[in-house]
Amino acid sequence: MRGERAVTAALIASVLASIGLLVVYVFVGGNAQAEGLLLGLALGGMGVAIVIWAVALIDAPVETEARHPMPSPGETRRSARDALDADRIGRRTFLVRLLAGAAGFLGAALLLPAFSLGPAPGNALFQTPWRRGVRVVDETGKPIRPGDVAVDTVRTVFPAGHVGSADGQTLLIRVPPELLTLPDGRGGWAPSGCVAYSKICTHAGCPVGLYRARDHSLLCPCHQSTFDVLRGAVPTFGPAARPLPQLPMEVAPDGYLVATGDFPEPVGPSFWNVTHREGKAGSTPSALPSVRGGEPGPS
Amino acid sequence: MLGWIDDRLGAASWARTGLRKIFPDHWSFLLGEVALFCLVVLVLTGVFLTLFYVPDATAITYNGSFAPLQGQQVSAAFDSVMRLSFEVKAGLVMRQIHHWAALVFVAAIVVHLLRIFFTGAFRRPREINWLIGIGLLLLALAMGLTGYSLPDDLLSGTGLRIVYSVVLSIPFIGPYLAFLVFGGEFPTAQIISRLFVFHVMLLPALLLGGVGIHLAVLWIQKHSQYPGPGRTEHNVVGKPFWPSQVLKSTGLMILTAAVLSLMGGLIQINPVWTYGPFIPTTVSAPAQPDWYVGWLDGALRLFPPIEVTLLGITIPSPFIPGVLLPGIAFTVMTLWPFIEARLMHEGTREHNLLDRPRDNPLRTGIGVAALLVFVMLTLAAGNDVVALVFNVPVETMTNMMRIAVFVVPAVGFGVAWRICEELRRGELHPLGRDPGVMLRRTPEGGFEEVEPPD
Ligand code: FES
Repeated sequence: MRGERAVTAALIASVLASIGLLVVYVFVGGNAQAEGLLLGLALGGMGVAIVIWAVALIDAPVETEARHPMPSPGETRRSARDALDADRIGRRTFLVRLLAGAAGFLGAALLLPAFSLGPAPGNALFQTPWRRGVRVVDETGKPIRPGDVAVDTVRTVFPAGHVGSADGQTLLIRVPPELLTLPDGRGGWAPSGCVAYSKICTHAGCPVGLYRARDHSLLCPCHQSTFDVLRGAVPTFGPAARPLPQLPMEVAPDGYLVATGDFPEPVGPSFWNVTHREGKAGSTPSALPSVRGGEPGPS
Repeated sequence: MLGWIDDRLGAASWARTGLRKIFPDHWSFLLGEVALFCLVVLVLTGVFLTLFYVPDATAITYNGSFAPLQGQQVSAAFDSVMRLSFEVKAGLVMRQIHHWAALVFVAAIVVHLLRIFFTGAFRRPREINWLIGIGLLLLALAMGLTGYSLPDDLLSGTGLRIVYSVVLSIPFIGPYLAFLVFGGEFPTAQIISRLFVFHVMLLPALLLGGVGIHLAVLWIQKHSQYPGPGRTEHNVVGKPFWPSQVLKSTGLMILTAAVLSLMGGLIQINPVWTYGPFIPTTVSAPAQPDWYVGWLDGALRLFPPIEVTLLGITIPSPFIPGVLLPGIAFTVMTLWPFIEARLMHEGTREHNLLDRPRDNPLRTGIGVAALLVFVMLTLAAGNDVVALVFNVPVETMTNMMRIAVFVVPAVGFGVAWRICEELRRGELHPLGRDPGVMLRRTPEGGFEEVEPPD
């Protein structure tokens, strides 16, 4: 009796909540809290009613059912095997092999359209839009003079004509020049203490978004890789193993910062042939002719 | 009705056996059902979302009702999610129910898997359903990953970028594979529509088909059961499918939907408008993924900065934690029934009675250790948040976690083993003490034993 009363109450609650939901939807509209609450109550009342029904109102006795082992009796298995018998097909060994081979070729042929999904990497991972003589501009496309950057501040900059570029995004930081100890051969790369590093983390590619002036460090928020701005952005903590590539810059005669070439190493996360790069290593960065569609290996 | 169908299909005979099929009763058998019912909710809410979502990366200017973003360049995909959240009646609640259902779905699968593992329910003849189950887990994870990225917001874009980098890190094929999957160098316009096709078509088809097979195998093999009076390896003790089991399961389904609705209505989730649209030059911090990816993110964070180049071949730092670790983990998990059968020298014995965790201390210990590795790595994925909360440098936090990820599971293994042994010893002496014997002096001066009173 009590079970029946409980089921009745739960069902009535459900009906009321459903009506409430209707009212909210039609007259209030777009209130996620009320909608979720009322939908939850409408469903909840229904669910509770059914569960109580199952538990309290149905008197199902516990029963026992026999269980048979999974394997079929040997007889059945043998006759199934006979039916499957390889003799009818298997005797023609040559044809069977040919069929398998042909199926393999067909499969390979059917797989080909998958290669339309993307280009071969070619040189794409090895270059960015930065070139010799390209101006350094900010998010609005304005060129930048060293004096525009306050000491110990950071700007996100792009190659002129490529504002917003994903692989050309670069961090421009101005530090007191006497603190800089850049690797050999990069002496002239940081005019007036303006150093520029690729903004793409060499760990897993997040934009390295934070600058800590206290110790001149760049921090990647994704997995906390930390790079030392004063020493060529070598990693000092976290999982990144490669320094952020440095952009070689100079001050053009008109006083604005320009690049003197592309980054000397690939930007962003590493890949297996990240060290294979001809003609771009060392201190003589120059724009590579773009070779598309080739192997990503040494070319 | 039954007559009409029976005339045409001869349905009465299998309906009779089907309806009378016996289901053992135990709360832990409901975990898999909860996962199934989450899937039902996911399909229903997902269909609704699909009718409004636009899988298009084209940049447009946002001019919807959310003022802070008005005038910003966003993708059409992000715009459609914003519209769904702010302009479409009941859109936001549907989106939030869908996201919560996805999180609970994976959680229910994982807890169900743990139940199967710790009770040895995967043993012969049920290895086959273990394999299908692992496949379903992988599909559920793929569904989560693809769906998470669809709104094209800053947080999910960051996640996608990390996925791209991890794919890129695979030796030899990485760059090719990454370019095939993404359609070029990250970020690409194609990826959103590709994720969409996988999320709403290919993966759901596989998932639903797989669930069908999973249940069919369960039906054929019958439920396993916990040991108890009258229960043997050769029977099933429980209640018939109809009506009690059907009603209970239906009730559970509706209750699952009720809880998910409450969560979807009352607990905000994935507020993409606060993250903003994906812009490749910005990043949100701190950035945490959905819970089931946390362990991989944690592994990426903890891995030392090692990148070896041998003979011109570089092994990028994300490769080991991002590809090798989950690869090995899922391989071992998949093969576990066969590994254990080898270890325990199982023959062709069928197991229909379940173990209690204590019955197999080695398995339980290994399971606890694996679980703790997962927990430690997941914690590591929040190291920046934890460091912030406790005001310790994140470096300290990371170094501590680097040790903890090995030590804690090792200790856990030992403790779990000991607890199993203690529990088993306790069983030999109920209540944990030796009840002793009662003696009585006989008139002859000897002793005789008295039956304990009870
Ligand atoms: S992406 Fe920068 S630390 Fe991982």
